[in-house]
Amino acid sequence: MPNILEVHDVVKQYASHRALDGVSLNVPKGSIFGLLGPNGAGKTSLIRIITQITAPDEGYVLLDGERLRPEHIQHIGYLPEERGLYKKMKVGEQLLYLAQLKGLSEREAMDKLKIWFKKFDIKTWWTKSIEDLSKGMQQKIQFVATVMHEPKLIILDEPFSGFDPINANLIKDEILELRDKGTTIIFSTHRMESVEELCDHIALIHKSQVILKGSKKEVKDQFKEHSYSVRYHGTLESLPADFEIISHKIDDEQVNKANIRLIGNASVNALVGNLISQVELVSFHENIPSFNDIFIKAVGGEIPEEISSLR
Amino acid sequence: MRNIFLVLKREYLVRVRKKSFIVMTLLTPLLIAAFYGIIIWAAVGSFNNERKTIQVIDESGLFKNKFKSDANTTFEFISGPIATAQKQLKDKEQNLLVFIPADIMDRPKGVQIYAAKNIGPMQQNRIEKIVQQELRNIKLSKAGITQQVIEEANMNVDAQTFSLNDEGKTQSSSTIAAYVAGYAAAFLLYIFILIYGAGVMQGVMEEKSNRIIEVIISSVKPFHLMMGKILGVAAVGLTQFLLWGILTFGVTTATQTLFGFNRFTATQEVLNKQAEQADPELKKEMEKSQSNTLNTVNTFMESAQSLPLAQIFICFIFYFLGGYLLYSSLYAAIGASVENQQEAGQFTFPIMLPIIASIFFAQLSINQPDGSLAFWTSMIPFTSPVVMMARIPFGVPAWEIALSMVLLVVGFVGTTWLAARIYRIGILMYGKKVNYKELSKWIFYKG
Repeated sequence: MPNILEVHDVVKQYASHRALDGVSLNVPKGSIFGLLGPNGAGKTSLIRIITQITAPDEGYVLLDGERLRPEHIQHIGYLPEERGLYKKMKVGEQLLYLAQLKGLSEREAMDKLKIWFKKFDIKTWWTKSIEDLSKGMQQKIQFVATVMHEPKLIILDEPFSGFDPINANLIKDEILELRDKGTTIIFSTHRMESVEELCDHIALIHKSQVILKGSKKEVKDQFKEHSYSVRYHGTLESLPADFEIISHKIDDEQVNKANIRLIGNASVNALVGNLISQVELVSFHENIPSFNDIFIKAVGGEIPEEISSLR
Repeated sequence: MRNIFLVLKREYLVRVRKKSFIVMTLLTPLLIAAFYGIIIWAAVGSFNNERKTIQVIDESGLFKNKFKSDANTTFEFISGPIATAQKQLKDKEQNLLVFIPADIMDRPKGVQIYAAKNIGPMQQNRIEKIVQQELRNIKLSKAGITQQVIEEANMNVDAQTFSLNDEGKTQSSSTIAAYVAGYAAAFLLYIFILIYGAGVMQGVMEEKSNRIIEVIISSVKPFHLMMGKILGVAAVGLTQFLLWGILTFGVTTATQTLFGFNRFTATQEVLNKQAEQADPELKKEMEKSQSNTLNTVNTFMESAQSLPLAQIFICFIFYFLGGYLLYSSLYAAIGASVENQQEAGQFTFPIMLPIIASIFFAQLSINQPDGSLAFWTSMIPFTSPVVMMARIPFGVPAWEIALSMVLLVVGFVGTTWLAARIYRIGILMYGKKVNYKELSKWIFYKG
C-alpha cells in the first residue's frame, strides 16, 4: 500500500519548548490512521505542519510523494478540535465561502453542497444563521465544511466530541464511506474505543516523539503477553512450569475463570491438552490488549523492550 | 491573490449588510441635513417672530425717532409715570418697556428695561446699542463733527484675500474656505482611521475567539487573511464615504430647494412689502442688507471653487488608504495577539496616541500651514495623513506632497510587514498573556 503521507524527521522548536523531536511516520493510502498521544504530546503541532499552518524547522513532509506545496491545501480537509464558524453568517454562505477558499469555484461548491445537504437532510438550514443552530447541528456543518471539497486526506481532531450517539454514528458511517472511496483519514483522539473500532494504523506520540507505530495488528502483537483467558467447570489441580496462572476467580455464573500465561516457547496446544485432561472447558481465547491498555502502558513508561528499540 | 479577494469579498459583504452600517450610512447625512435644515429654519424663522411692541419712556428727550420700528418690533414712545406703564406691561406679555432717565448723558448706566417675563440678550443688546450709538453721536457732534462725517465713518471692512498662482495671476482665495475644507478633511480622516482601524481589530478578535481561525488558516495564508480583511474593511470605509457624499449632496440640495432659499426669498418678499407699507426707508435698508448677504455667500462659493477640489479629493482618498493601512495593520496585529477587549486596551493606547496627536498637530498646522511643525508632522507617516489633509487646501508644494506620500507608502509597508509577523503567531496563541517582550519575539519566529 503506497503512503499518502510521509513525515520525515520533523523537528519543531518553539522558544524553549521542542514540540516535535525527529518525528517520522507513514500514513498508508486509504487507511484510517489514529494519531494518538496524551495532551501536549505534539499532535497539534504535527497536524499544523501537515496542514501548512506552520513549517517544520527540520525534516520534511511528503504528500502523495511530493514535498508540501501551497497547492496541497486543497487536497487536505481539517477539522480542528476547537470548532468554530462565523456565528452571524448564514450556513449556506459560510460553506460556499469556505469551499471557495479551498479552491472550488462557486458553482462546483454549490453542486457539492447540494449533495451533502440532501444526504444529511438539512436543506432547510441553508439560510439559517450559525448561532441559531444547536451545537450538534453546528458540528454537522463543520464536518461538511471539512469534507466538501473531496480532499485526499482528511484530518479529524477529536471528531466525536460534542455529538450525541446518533450523530456520532452518522459521522462514523461517513468516515467509513469516505475510506471506502479511497480517502485517507487521520484521526486524532483520546477515545480509545473509537480507535479500536475504526483505525487500522496508529502512531503514538509522547513527549514530542513517536514511541509506537504500525498497523493495528503489529502494535497489538508487540503488546501481547501470550496470556489466555480460560473458563471451565471442575478443578484445575496443577500445570507444568511452562504455564503460569496469573489470576483465578469464579464468575457470576459459577464458572471458573483463569488467566494463564505461556512462558518461554511453550505452545498453546500443550496448554489446551493439559487443560482438557483436568477440566471441562467452556471457553478459551487469547488475551489481546486493548488500545486503552496499550496507551496507558506505553505512556506510563512500561514499554516492552522490543518497543523501546523502535525509538 | 484569489484568496485575498475571497476574504475581502466576505468581509465587505458581511459588513455592508449589517444593520448598523446601513443605519449609520443613511442616518448621518440625514442628521447633517437636519442640522442644516434647523439652521435655515432658525434663520427664516426669526423673521416670523411675533411682533413685539417696545414702549419707551424717554425723559431725556434725546431719542425721539432714534428707535426705528422694523418688521417685527414697533417702538412706541409714551409719557407718564413709569409705575403706570409697568402696571400696564404686565397684561401684555410680549412687550418690553425701556426707561431712559433725564440725566442719561451723565449717567449712561441709568437705562432700565422691563419685561413681564425675561428679556432676551439680543433685545437687550439691541437697545443698548441704539442708546450707546446715539450718545456717541451726540458727544461727537458736540465736539464739532458733523452728522455726515459720522455716517461716513461707519464703514464695513471685509478683506478679500488673493493667492498668486504660478502664472503670476491673482486668484481669489478665501482663508476661511481653506480653513473649513482643511479642518473637515483632517477630521474626517481622523474619524475614519479610528473607527475602521478598530473595526479591523474587532474582526480579527472575533475570528480568534470564534476559533474559526484554525479552519480558515488551514486554507489561507495568515498574511492573505490579514490583507483581505484590511482591504475589505477599507472598501467598506470608501463605500460609506462615497454614499455619504452622494446622500449629503442629494439631501442638502433637496432641503435647500424645498425649504431653504425659496422660502427664504418668499419670506423676504413678504417682508419687503410690509416694510414698504410701513416705511420706504426701511425697505431700502432691508434690500441693502439682503444683497450684502448674497454677496458674502457668492464670494464664499467662489473662493470655495478656487480651492483645488480635485486635488483635495484625490489626496483624501490616498491619505485615507495610506493612513488606514498603516494603522489598521497594527490594529490587526493587536487583535491577533489578545483574547479579550480588556487585554486589547493596553496595546491600543500607544497606537491611538499618534492618531490623536495628529489631529492636534493638524489644528496647529491649519493656523500656520507653512510652518516647520506643519512640514515635519506632514512627513512622518504616523501623523502625515491627517496633518497633510489639513494643509492641502492652503496649497502645498508638489514635492512635499510627493515626499510625504512616498514616506507614507514606506511606512505602511513597514507596519504591515511587522504586523503580519506578529499576526501569524498571535492568531494561534491561546491562554497566554502577551506583553511587548513576547510580541517582539514573535517578530523573529521562523515559519
